[in-house]
Amino acid sequence: MTAAVFFGCTFIAFGPAAALFLLTIARDPLRVIFLIAGAFFWLVSLLLSSLVWFITVQMSNKNSAAQQKGLLIFGVVLSVLLQEVFRFAYYKLLKKANEGLLAISQEDTMPISIRQLSYVSGLGFGFMSGAFSVVNILSDSVGPGTVGIHGDSQHYFISSAFMTLAIILLHMFWAVVFFEACERQKWWSLGTVVLSHLLVSCLTFVNPQYEGSLIPTYIILSVMAGWAFSCAGGTLRNLKLCLTCKDKDFLLANHRPR
Amino acid sequence: MAPVGGCIFHDCLICLWLCALASISGDTGVLHVLETEADLDWILSTGPHPPYMVVMEAAFFTRSTMVKMKNSSRVAGVAVIKSNTGPTEGFSPHTSCPNQNTGVYTEHYGPELANCNNTVWNPLGNGLSYEDFAFPIFSLKDDNQTQVIRKCYEDHNMRMNGSAPQYPLCAMQLFSHMHAVTDTVTCMRRTDLQNSFSINPEKLCDPLSDFNVWTSIRPLNNSIKGHKENESVVIAAARLDGRSFFWDIAPSAEGTVSSIVTLLAAAQALYPVALEAPPQRNIFFTFFQGEAFDYIGSSRMVYDMENSKFVIDLDNVHSLLEIGQIGLRNGQSLWMHSDPVSRKNTTVNKQVANLVANIKSVASSLNLSLNEPSATQALPPSSFQRFLRVRPVPGLVLADHQASFTNRYYESLYDTATYLNVTYPSDLSPEQQLEYETEAAKSLTQVATLVARSIYKQAGGEDRFLNNITADTKTVAKLLYGFLIMSNNSWFSSLLPPEALGRGSILGLVITHIINTLTSVTRFVQFILANMTGTVTKLNQSQCQNPKDVPGESKDLYSYSWVSGPVSVNGTTDPYCVRSSVHLSKALSPAFELTDYGSREYSTWTESRWKTIRARIFLVASPQLEMMTLGVGVAVLLVSLVVTYFISSKAELLFSATREPPNTTY
Repeated sequence: MTAAVFFGCTFIAFGPAAALFLLTIARDPLRVIFLIAGAFFWLVSLLLSSLVWFITVQMSNKNSAAQQKGLLIFGVVLSVLLQEVFRFAYYKLLKKANEGLLAISQEDTMPISIRQLSYVSGLGFGFMSGAFSVVNILSDSVGPGTVGIHGDSQHYFISSAFMTLAIILLHMFWAVVFFEACERQKWWSLGTVVLSHLLVSCLTFVNPQYEGSLIPTYIILSVMAGWAFSCAGGTLRNLKLCLTCKDKDFLLANHRPR
Repeated sequence: MAPVGGCIFHDCLICLWLCALASISGDTGVLHVLETEADLDWILSTGPHPPYMVVMEAAFFTRSTMVKMKNSSRVAGVAVIKSNTGPTEGFSPHTSCPNQNTGVYTEHYGPELANCNNTVWNPLGNGLSYEDFAFPIFSLKDDNQTQVIRKCYEDHNMRMNGSAPQYPLCAMQLFSHMHAVTDTVTCMRRTDLQNSFSINPEKLCDPLSDFNVWTSIRPLNNSIKGHKENESVVIAAARLDGRSFFWDIAPSAEGTVSSIVTLLAAAQALYPVALEAPPQRNIFFTFFQGEAFDYIGSSRMVYDMENSKFVIDLDNVHSLLEIGQIGLRNGQSLWMHSDPVSRKNTTVNKQVANLVANIKSVASSLNLSLNEPSATQALPPSSFQRFLRVRPVPGLVLADHQASFTNRYYESLYDTATYLNVTYPSDLSPEQQLEYETEAAKSLTQVATLVARSIYKQAGGEDRFLNNITADTKTVAKLLYGFLIMSNNSWFSSLLPPEALGRGSILGLVITHIINTLTSVTRFVQFILANMTGTVTKLNQSQCQNPKDVPGESKDLYSYSWVSGPVSVNGTTDPYCVRSSVHLSKALSPAFELTDYGSREYSTWTESRWKTIRARIFLVASPQLEMMTLGVGVAVLLVSLVVTYFISSKAELLFSATREPPNTTY
């Protein structure tokens, strides 16, 4: 659909993530490293789940549509579970790495907190997941035509872009809640994260009814945003203070030498 | 789906040739099917979604429509749906005066006959093939794919009650980018520059080139070029090529196939008698390739003869008989055309009159009527004109038209088997059709017998042997079937080398710059002629390919070809070696030998190089929707930048609740 659609969809899908990266991560090399490592972990989880998927497809009956659909659902569920397993694995790795970093660094305090790590790793997961979801679609969107000659919906490109946007942000929020839950041993929170991930992925089976998948996904996105905000230490009071620009006084008021 | 082009170039400053100057990324346009005049208005002026990709019925493929489209900026390309029969009033995209600049008539030679002042040979010619179009023009067969295109148009692009259709609209993209531009001189200059200076030279265009096929009754030593002592030769000539507006579609039934088949049948009829009772002079059968493009083959042969690079030279040529278009005789008389300017010389006139008398005497015994057109009428466009340019050789051109061509579809895609009345009853299998003798076959057989006997008589053969020379109707029928309907038949396949089996058929009689395609017309004629005039030898394959060491065989006099023989029931072949005096001679315009790319003497046609030729259909969205998507994207990006900056600058405050409370209280 030409360059306009290509750039439009790229900005929609990767805009917020790029903004977050540029403004909060790019300046700190340590954060960049952990982001890339997070992306790598997601990639490994994808590799494993696709290996399993490939083998099961080869073994299955290729002509039966119902079986293929069943396999697809199985593949999605397996992939989600593997991603969460790898998120947990990354958490464990980061805990160990942090102790190691602390040991070799000169300072007393940890150079990067677990909270920041959760944010960075979530964003890493998100970037990689978004890239795999949408890059093929973006490359097709550069051509002169649009989807629809076989009767499919025209809104394919833009829906995919919005979905990718949601997924990237969701990965970030899930990681924050997940790591917090692991720190505080709150297993129910962990389960909820996994379940919401499963829900969002399975919602995509409703496509091409794009309203059916996008709207619930954005609802879940806002719920997770709020939850992650509170896990990260935000309260409504802070938010109100920020928005009404009374923050300067508050900060000054709080800033007492220890 | 066949496109137009290889953009073919000529030096002629006036005729920049038909060149799909398409863009390298393909031309896209909204589909519109042109069925009525109202559609034409829609495309050219009132339609709201230009540029349009026009899919037109064959009836609209006329000069007026195409010129209107050429001048409009709202047309992105044209696809013509072929129909089997042409318009009844005739259609010829060639010029009305074919090859007018390279024939024999110039301001110095017969000026009153030059540029068709005297007779317009192709009055229906609209010159469409010589127009320069800036968009691709494809031809579509009327089959399933075309139905898909129509359906897409009907589903998305039809107007409802006069109002314009809504986006998304069905669009088509045609790719046929041609590398060469402007004309031959520019293109060859750029190619030469590339060859001299570039590490990876890319050729932009190729000169049109193929081979002429020739054979002689008495074998001549082909390794010794130039004048042959005591050889006087009668040449029987025909052309091998045809063309149309579209690339690779040139059935050319009346224009070319009729003369090829006649000459081949005549050669087959004449050979046994000429071997038994050799005539006084030698007889040459020649098939010229590339005649549609300013006489490439014949000009090259004449050039080679002049410069002693051919097996004989012009001093050896006694007379010439050329077979022109003879398929549409319909029981009427044949016409013998001659050149009035050379006949002003009494010697030449006497020789031509002698030839005419010989033919007439043969014709009377065959119940064929032959006439000469008026004495001041010019010679029609023919290879013979190139001989006359150099020397006043006595000769005739045999044709079925008295003045202008009877062929209403000269050099067009409608000059098909149906036009020549080569049709078969529907219940015959392909093998039965191969053997079936149509009326056209019978008519051409008569002419072939006439030609064979006349040549024999002209070469000094004795009259008592004339009745033994008879062309075979079955051969003519098989030849017509092979050249016009399906060349992948059992008889043709048995005459070709084994490696040619299983390939596709000739796609029309078009000159090709790809040398050695085993299924081109040149090759077919070469092997058919070899079969008809040659002998089977007992050589095995390696000896056949290199008969130097075999006693009694001579590579100078003969050519040896390894052919597959009849294919048996279980698919095996029994190949054998054929010895004949059939040779190929290069048909590349002398202009390229002399590197005179702007020559006015010789043909300077070249064909542009191209990479992909394809087409695809898809839906296009409205530009507004696309811009809106871009706008939303930019908005999302800006908003997220702003919000992120806001959050990151206030991060300490926003996420402060989990900081350890300071030890001191306040």
